[in-house]
Amino acid sequence: MELKDSREVAAERPVVWAAILDPEVLKACIPGCTELEGSVEEGYAATVVQKVGPVKATFKGTVTISDMVEPTSLTITGEGKGGAAGFAKGGADVTLTETDGGTRLDYDVEAKVGGKLAQLGSRVIDGFAKKMADQFFTRFQEAVEGPADPDEAPEAEETGGKKGWFKRLVKN
Amino acid sequence: MPKDTGIGASPKRREDVRFLTGDGNYTDDINVHGQAYVHFLRSDVAHGRITSIDTAEAGAMPGVVRVFTGKDFEGVGSIPCGWQVTGRDGKPMQEPAHPVLAQGKVRHVGDPIAAVVADTPAQARDAAEAIMVDIEDLPAVVDMKAAVADGATKVHDDLENNLCYDWGFVEDNRDAVDKAIKDAAHVTTLELVNNRLVANPMEPRVAVGVWEKGTDNYTLYTTSQNPHVIRLLMGAFVLGIPEHKLRVVAPDVGGGFGTKIFHYAEEAFCTFAAKACRRPVKWTASRSEAFMSDAHGRDHVTKIELALDADHNFTAVRTETYANMGAYLSTFAPSVPTWLHGTLMAGNYRTPLIYVNVKAVFTNTVPVDAYRGAGRPEATFQLERVIDKAARELGVDPIELRRKNFITEFPYATPVAVEYDTGDYPATMDKLSEIADLSGFDARRKESEAKGKWRGLGVNCYIEACGIAPSNLVGQLGARAGLYESATVRVNATGGITVMTGSHSHGQGHETSFPQVIAEMIGIDESMVEIVHGDTANTPMGMGTYGSRSIAVGGSAMVRAAEKVVNKAKKIAAHLLEASDSDIELKEGKFSVAGTDKSVAWGDVTLAAYVPHNYPLEDIEPGLEETAFYDPANFTYPSGAYACEVEVDPETGQVTIERFAAADDFGNVINPMIVSGQVHGGIAQGVGQALLENCSYDSEGQLLSASYMDYAMPRAADLPMFTVDHSCQTPCTHNPLGVKGCGEAGAIGSPPSVVNAVIDALHSGGCKIDHIDMPLTPSRVWAAMTGAAAAGHGTAEGRSVGGEV
Repeated sequence: MELKDSREVAAERPVVWAAILDPEVLKACIPGCTELEGSVEEGYAATVVQKVGPVKATFKGTVTISDMVEPTSLTITGEGKGGAAGFAKGGADVTLTETDGGTRLDYDVEAKVGGKLAQLGSRVIDGFAKKMADQFFTRFQEAVEGPADPDEAPEAEETGGKKGWFKRLVKN
Repeated sequence: MPKDTGIGASPKRREDVRFLTGDGNYTDDINVHGQAYVHFLRSDVAHGRITSIDTAEAGAMPGVVRVFTGKDFEGVGSIPCGWQVTGRDGKPMQEPAHPVLAQGKVRHVGDPIAAVVADTPAQARDAAEAIMVDIEDLPAVVDMKAAVADGATKVHDDLENNLCYDWGFVEDNRDAVDKAIKDAAHVTTLELVNNRLVANPMEPRVAVGVWEKGTDNYTLYTTSQNPHVIRLLMGAFVLGIPEHKLRVVAPDVGGGFGTKIFHYAEEAFCTFAAKACRRPVKWTASRSEAFMSDAHGRDHVTKIELALDADHNFTAVRTETYANMGAYLSTFAPSVPTWLHGTLMAGNYRTPLIYVNVKAVFTNTVPVDAYRGAGRPEATFQLERVIDKAARELGVDPIELRRKNFITEFPYATPVAVEYDTGDYPATMDKLSEIADLSGFDARRKESEAKGKWRGLGVNCYIEACGIAPSNLVGQLGARAGLYESATVRVNATGGITVMTGSHSHGQGHETSFPQVIAEMIGIDESMVEIVHGDTANTPMGMGTYGSRSIAVGGSAMVRAAEKVVNKAKKIAAHLLEASDSDIELKEGKFSVAGTDKSVAWGDVTLAAYVPHNYPLEDIEPGLEETAFYDPANFTYPSGAYACEVEVDPETGQVTIERFAAADDFGNVINPMIVSGQVHGGIAQGVGQALLENCSYDSEGQLLSASYMDYAMPRAADLPMFTVDHSCQTPCTHNPLGVKGCGEAGAIGSPPSVVNAVIDALHSGGCKIDHIDMPLTPSRVWAAMTGAAAAGHGTAEGRSVGGEV
C-alpha cells in the first residue's frame, strides 16, 4: 500500500532535520518500538511490538536512514520479522520545506506485509499503515514542538515558551 | 412404488451414525504410541533464494527431536507428477523438480523450508520460530500473461521459461475452425475468468508416519482419496520404499473434493522422518496451513468465440485459455485444463469444429490441481456463458438456441475426441422446465419488481465425462497410471460378505450404496454386506475415488467379482442339489433348480464352501472369494439442465438465489437419496464459486484470502431449497450397472446458471452488461451496474489481484 501526506511542524528546518537523525526521537516516534540501537551511519537494530488486525507480534529488524540530502530530504526504511506472524516492511520518503510557520514535512509511505499478516490482516493493512504513519509523525511533531494539548501550554510558557522535549534539548 | 432395499432404494446412510455421533475414525484420531509431532516452517515470501538456514537455536529447544531442512532430503526423490501433456510443438511439458523441503529457493507463500519434530505440537511450533532463515527476495510471478512474457522472472531457474506447455486440441482442426469463424454469419466472443478456489474440506489434511525397526516396514496414515496411488507415488518415486514394505491407510476422510487425491510433501516427510527419528511422526494441518498448502482449484483466464450460421446453428468454437499451474506440478495438474477440459468443449451441442488452446503457466502461487469437476466446470462455464451471450445478441430465447443445437443421436462422436454413448438432452430440458416452473417465471419477476428487486432467470446445460477412465486411452493422452478399479468379494462361511474395494469414500456413502448392489444381486439383506476400503493392506490395488468414478468403475469391479462368486456358488449349489449348474437360479437368497421346488439357501452354500465335507473338491477349490479388476471401455457422460432464479437488489448489488432446479441424467441410480445429496452439495459449491469464493493473491504473491474472514464459504442461508430430479435416465451402455456417476455434476452445472441469471436480472433492470467475473459479490455487481468495473476486468491482468472488483 502507498500513502502520501504532509504535516506542518512549528520549528526551523535544521531543528527538524536534526530531530529525525536523533535515535532517541526515532525510538520515541516509531509506534510500539521497545528497543532501538545503532546509529544513523550503521543503521539501527529495532524491536517493535505491534498488533495488526488479529495478529500481535514482536518484530525484530532494522531501521535505516538513507538518501540523505541535508536538510531537505531523506528516506527512512524499516523491515521486521515477526516469526510466525510473517513480516512487515515499510519506508517513507520525507521532504522538508521551509514555510512561514516553520517546516513542512511531506512524506510518501510504502508498506508491505507478508505471511500470516497478509493472510489475516490484508483487509486492515491499509488502515493500519495509515495509523502507523499518523502516529509516527504526530509523535514526531510533539517531540519537536511540544504536545498539541492546550492545557499544557501555560506550563510550557513558564519554562520559556511552548517547546517539545527535543526542541528544549537542542536549545539548552 | 419405491423400493425399500437393493438398487433404487434409499436406505439411510449407515456411516452417518458414527459421523454424527463423534465415533468416526479420522486420521487425526490415530495416535501411535511414542509419536512425535512435526511443525513446518513455511515461506512467507512468494519467491526468494534461501541464503542461509540456522537451526542451532531451534535444535536446542525443549522437546525438539530433530530439525530437518532441504539438505536432509537431497537424496530423496521429487514429488512426482502423474500426467505428462505434450505441447503443440510435439515436446513434452516442462516439468520442474518438486522437493519435499525447499532446495535453494522458495516458490510460493507456504512452501515448506524446514520442519521441526518435537515431543509436543507446541514445542515443535515454538522451535520453528527460532529457526533463522535468510531469504533474498526475488520478484514474484503472479499474473499469468506477464509470466509468459519475454524476460519474465523464472519460477524455476532450470526451465526455459514459465510456460509448462502450449497445448492445441484438435490441432488438425485449427485452420478449419479459423476459417469457419471468419466466414460465420455471427460470432459471439466472451473473455472470462474462472476464479481460483480453495477446496476447504471440513477435515484438514493429516499424516502419521510409522516405521517399525523390527521389520523395516512403514505405515502412513493419511487423509487420502486414494491410498494405493499414494503408496505407489511416494514409495516408488520419492522415498524408494518398495510397496510390499509400505502400507498406506486412509481411514474415514472428512471431505476431499479432489484436493486429497494428490501426493503431498507432508506425507513423504512424516514417513521419512519416522525412520530418521526412530519415532512415529504426526502432522495435522491447521486451517491456515490448508489454505497455503492444499492444491487450489480452477484459475483459468479464457477467451471463447462461438460462431453461428444464419439459422443459428453452431458452426465452430475456438478458445484460448491461460491455466495456472502454481509453483509446482501437483499430481494430476497438467490433465485438468487439457484432457478434462478440451474434450468437453462440444458440450451438449452439435458443433462440428472446435479448437482449444491452453497455455499452462508456472507462477509463484500454491499448486493448482483438480477440484470437484476438474476442467469440466471450466469448459461448461465458458460454453454456457457464451451461448447465453449469443442468444442475447441475436435476440433469441436462450433455451430455444440450446435446443436447436442439441445432439440428439447417440452414440455421438464429438470433434474433440470423445464419443457420448447415451443421453437425452431435450428430455432433461423438458424435465427442468417442469420442475423449475419456468412458465411461472414472468409472474415471479413481476412480484420481485413490485418489491423493488430485479429478477433474473439463468438456464444452462452441462455434460461431463466421468467414470474415469479407459486405461489404454488415458495412457495415450499422457497419464502415467492406469485408471481401472478393483474389488474383492469375500463371502464368509455363514453367508455374510465383505467387499474390499479400491474405491474410497470421503463422504459419498459407499458403505451404504455398494451393499445395495450386492444385496440386489444375491437377494440377501444389505446388513449382511460390509465395505472395506482405504487400507492398502487389505484391499486390492485400486485407483481410488475422484472423477465421479466410484460406482461406475469401482462398482463395476465389485459386480464383476460378485458375478464370479455367484458362478462358483452355483456350482456348489448344483452339487448339493445334484443338478447341473446351468439349471441353477439364484433368487432372493436361494439357489433353486429351474422348474423344480428343490432349493438350497445362500448360507448353506457358503458354509459348504468353507466346510467342504460334501463338496466337489475334484472340480473346484473350497472357499468363496473372488477379485475383479475392471477397466472401463469409455468414459460415462452424465448430463443435465439447470435453472437458477436470482433477485438483485438494485440499491446494493446484492444477489440472492431464490430458486434452483437441477434435472440430471445419471443413468441408473443406486440410491436416489444419496444422489440427491451429492447434487445438493455440488450445487452449494458451485453457488459458492459463483457468488462468494475467491482465492486472492496480491501482486507480491502474498495470499490474501487465507482464512474464513476473507474466503467466503457458502452457508445454508446463502442457498434456497433445491429442486433436484434424476428421473431422466439413459443408462450407460458399457458398464454392468448402467450408471454414470453423480459426484461432480452439481459443481459443474451450477456456476453458469447463477451468472446467467444475474446478467438476465441486470438486463431486466436496464443494465446492459455482458458479463461479470465470479464471484458476483455485491461490490462487483454494483461496480458493473454503475460502470465502475476495474481496469483490465476479465483479463489475466485484472485477475492477478483477485481481491479487486
